[in-house]
Amino acid sequence: MSYLSVEQLDMSFTRGKVASQVLKGINLRIDQGEFISIIGHSGCGKSTVLNIIAGLLEPSLGVVILDGKEVKGPGPDRGMVFQNHSLLPWLTVFENVEVAVNKVFKGSMGRRERREWVEHNLKLVNMGHALNKYPQEISGGMKQRVGIARALAMKPKVLLLDEPFGALDALTRAHLQDEVMRIQKDLGNTMMMITHDVDEAVLLSDRIVMMTNGPSATIGEILTVDLPRPRDRIALADDAEYNRCRRAVLSFLHDRHRLH
Amino acid sequence: MNANVKIEPAVVASPAADAGPSRLSRLGTRLPQTLLQDLLPPLVILLLLGLLWEMLCSGAGASLPPPSQVLSETWELIIDPFYDNGGNDVGLAWQLLASLQRVAVGYLLAVAAGVALGVLIGQSNWAMRGLDPLFQVLRTVPPLAWLPLSLAGFQDSHPSAIFVIFITAIWPIIINTSVGIRNIPQDYRNVAQVLQLNAWEYFRTIMLPAAAPYIFTGLRIGVGLSWLAIIAAEMLIGGVGIGFFIWDAWNASRISDIILALVYIGIVGFCLDRLVAFVGQRITRGIPAA
Repeated sequence: MSYLSVEQLDMSFTRGKVASQVLKGINLRIDQGEFISIIGHSGCGKSTVLNIIAGLLEPSLGVVILDGKEVKGPGPDRGMVFQNHSLLPWLTVFENVEVAVNKVFKGSMGRRERREWVEHNLKLVNMGHALNKYPQEISGGMKQRVGIARALAMKPKVLLLDEPFGALDALTRAHLQDEVMRIQKDLGNTMMMITHDVDEAVLLSDRIVMMTNGPSATIGEILTVDLPRPRDRIALADDAEYNRCRRAVLSFLHDRHRLH
Repeated sequence: MNANVKIEPAVVASPAADAGPSRLSRLGTRLPQTLLQDLLPPLVILLLLGLLWEMLCSGAGASLPPPSQVLSETWELIIDPFYDNGGNDVGLAWQLLASLQRVAVGYLLAVAAGVALGVLIGQSNWAMRGLDPLFQVLRTVPPLAWLPLSLAGFQDSHPSAIFVIFITAIWPIIINTSVGIRNIPQDYRNVAQVLQLNAWEYFRTIMLPAAAPYIFTGLRIGVGLSWLAIIAAEMLIGGVGIGFFIWDAWNASRISDIILALVYIGIVGFCLDRLVAFVGQRITRGIPAA
């Protein structure tokens, strides 16, 4: 029994009388502590898969089972990091994380303990210096750090990242990728990330799930990235296995499943 | 810090709100210049218009008094706004306060009911479909058209005046609140869902703050309309109040008093608008509508 399993997922949307099938027969088994990336062309339904696991969408068919329990609706056991960070602009950095912590741990932690837990998670993403800033006062990379802290602070069983670094510049993105690797090494989280960046997928993942183009998109291939951790982006540039994986993903996306 | 500096012009609304350690010293050197730039043009225009008015109305057959005559005839009212000779014969400050009191009661009722109804039709498609057509029709009814009906219903002038204010101010508040609620970004709704916020938590932490910029737009339009409505309503219902003061002055042919009252009404209306805008600015901290 795997930690997170996605069984026979179908998803159709109906608009008026027209029904369109977006996903067909998605099967995926993920172990605890694994880092999985889902890659595919835009519009292939990657985000739909993630939203179904998050419980924000209900699949037309199939089930998602997390730690032996069927997913029914959203919940704090699946922390979500949104592409556009989704911080509440009227709350400070601290308060944005506090909302989540208060909701999840009101019964189990004292007031002071919750406070410390918020600070602890913000320090974890190196945002301990900006507790009282408002989201509009910090940079895009910092906002995404806070988004990650908010998700981590809920102690989720699985962390879902929806193109978390897509809106960031290349340098900030690289920096945050390293941070995510460090956090995963320290905490051993199970993580699932949507991306369209091949380098990012290979660098971060244990396995890369490659999706075919829609309509009726499904999993085309799953690539195991057999690289030791911790991974160093500079050393990997000349690594044979790294380049083999990169080539495999690129050829899947651009040769066999080119967007017409 | 970089980002902080970058966004400053967008967040800072007025030059006086400029943050920074050297704020006071900069203000010190800038103050005379700002005064000159901001106050001089309106003063010049005011002076020119006053002169024009004086010239036009100084002739023998002028039907309206020139400003010099207005000033001399109303001087007693200006210097003693707080006299009280009993009945309707009280100072202009009391007249304005009586009107403001009516506005306060009617407007606050409209705020409470308007935000509540706005939330309802913003949240529920059914309520939207049911109530929106009704609101769209009712909101076009002019305030004074409600007055005879409310007099008949309440059998008393005081609650009738308050009702007229209420019914005038409520429509923009309802409509703007519901638009604000409908425009809450899906991202915030997703956050609420992932956190499994209950209805009250959602209302408090997401809905109200997200819709606040819209709500305050409605509140600002509403306060302006209620000030318009009260003056008109008071002319008809009588009693102490700046509206009836004007009507009374007209019946006694005291044209100068009317002109003075108009100036006061304008200034108070301006202050009300700025007050609501200021409160909105403080509460939303200048965060633009999403």
